[in-house]
Amino acid sequence: MIDFNKIREDFPILQEKVYGKSLVYLDNGATTQKPKQVIDAITDCYLRYNSNIHRGVHYLSNKATDEHESAREIVRSFIGAASSKEVIFTAGTTESVNLVANSFGEKFISEGDEIIVSEMEHHSNIVPWQLLCERKGAVLKVLPFNEAGELLVEELDSLITEKTKLLCVNHVSNALGTVNPVKEIVEKVRSRGVKVLVDAAQSIQHIKVDVQDIDCDFLVFSAHKLYAPTGVGVLYGKEALLDEMPPWQGGGEMIESVSFEKTTFNELPFKFEAGTPNYVGNIALGAAIKYLEEIGIDNISAYEEDLLSYATEKLTSIPGMRIYGQAKNKASLISFLIDDIHPYDLGTLLDKMGIAVRTGTHCAETVMQHYDIPGTIRASFAFYNTKEEVDILYEGLMKICKIFGKLK
Amino acid sequence: MTINDIQDEIVSEFAIFDDWMDKYAYIIELGSEMPSLDNKYQTEDNLIRGCQSKVWFHAEHKDGKVIFEADSDAIITKGIAALLIRVFSNQTAQDIVDSDLHFIDEIGLTQHLSPTRSNGLLSMVKQIKIYALAFSKL
Repeated sequence: MIDFNKIREDFPILQEKVYGKSLVYLDNGATTQKPKQVIDAITDCYLRYNSNIHRGVHYLSNKATDEHESAREIVRSFIGAASSKEVIFTAGTTESVNLVANSFGEKFISEGDEIIVSEMEHHSNIVPWQLLCERKGAVLKVLPFNEAGELLVEELDSLITEKTKLLCVNHVSNALGTVNPVKEIVEKVRSRGVKVLVDAAQSIQHIKVDVQDIDCDFLVFSAHKLYAPTGVGVLYGKEALLDEMPPWQGGGEMIESVSFEKTTFNELPFKFEAGTPNYVGNIALGAAIKYLEEIGIDNISAYEEDLLSYATEKLTSIPGMRIYGQAKNKASLISFLIDDIHPYDLGTLLDKMGIAVRTGTHCAETVMQHYDIPGTIRASFAFYNTKEEVDILYEGLMKICKIFGKLK
Repeated sequence: MTINDIQDEIVSEFAIFDDWMDKYAYIIELGSEMPSLDNKYQTEDNLIRGCQSKVWFHAEHKDGKVIFEADSDAIITKGIAALLIRVFSNQTAQDIVDSDLHFIDEIGLTQHLSPTRSNGLLSMVKQIKIYALAFSKL
């Protein structure tokens, strides 16, 4: 049995005080805090073996290269990829999506082709596709969701035409918490020749993600939402597809040989990793995954599920509470509004109580447009959050309701 | 009263609150008491762009004084706008241009002044000064 309260000791920042109060950090959807094990991995690299990878003949460079490539292997095994050639390190989810939009887009998208995105995507899984469609004269189509915040998957049947090349969908919505049935979606579109990109930025830290089980063509996520450093991300792609795709950014590391007459490119995964990678960050991502695997993703899922149902029940009891995202299958976040109190007002007052939540549109304006609201408050939970913290959030919200109640 | 007198008055009013909650409750009260800005002034032109809440500012030059009106969809923002209006409205354009804003700091709302807070306070002050500068050239 895992002692989830003890886990808090692994995260030094959770002992911080804000405005003299104990920090209640419920903004894990924006970024997660880092355990000592990850911070130590970064320090260890700089203290003991920092050196540029893949090029030196010397000891340090070889050590750094080994650590870097073993981090890639840790990622491969974590997401169940067939080969480490399918794991490309990027700067984050956004860069991963942009890589696909530019490289896959360059080769496979032509005028009149169609790309489908869901109505509940983060801007980073909309805008790169809009830019691509503009460049190529392609068409962007939208897969809608219902009031509960569940995708209308059956509408894919009519949405897909022989022109549809790609479908981009998140595994978990950052604004609603919905866990989308990505495996079912892939199954549905596979026979129609549509490739699928899954944005796992909000799922990889909560539930088991297996790319071979989902059978998606691409999967992207950020390390900083997975208890690892910022500036690191992953693009998974099926090897055969990645092989066919042209390089996106040019530079060192991604080439085989360079001459002014003809440059040939390195093989996967290096073809897509131009320049010195964030090797310290990538190594620390490996450390984060090792840490999570010791606890067990399934244990984390179960704990967070329990915390979510506790929080949902507690918050629902607040008069005037409206929860956006009531899907049957949800990850551990709650997006809400109370009466007509502006999310900015709620967020400002919660902050003063030492409670960190996200307010606004969460970079998902199309979701807010769907419900015709200016934004929401989002409390997003990690496995180091506790029921006591949910109680503090509840008490804080009740206090705010009292202030606003007096005005009526 | 001069701009400085009003600022001092606000500072002494806030001095009685030793709890931040009371301070914000007061700002919320100010926001809810301030009349709404006429719909015809809630235009794109009058919108001050903050990331999370909308703020509209309208200014008129009347009998040598600048008259400000404002509104916001967030009540705390509207309350802060009410304080700014109390300080700057009904003053001469030149006095507003020459003024030095110190009460925000003294009542403990400095955090709202940071340009990264995206609550529009800094933009509101900037807009007030721009209006005043324009009127002072008339």
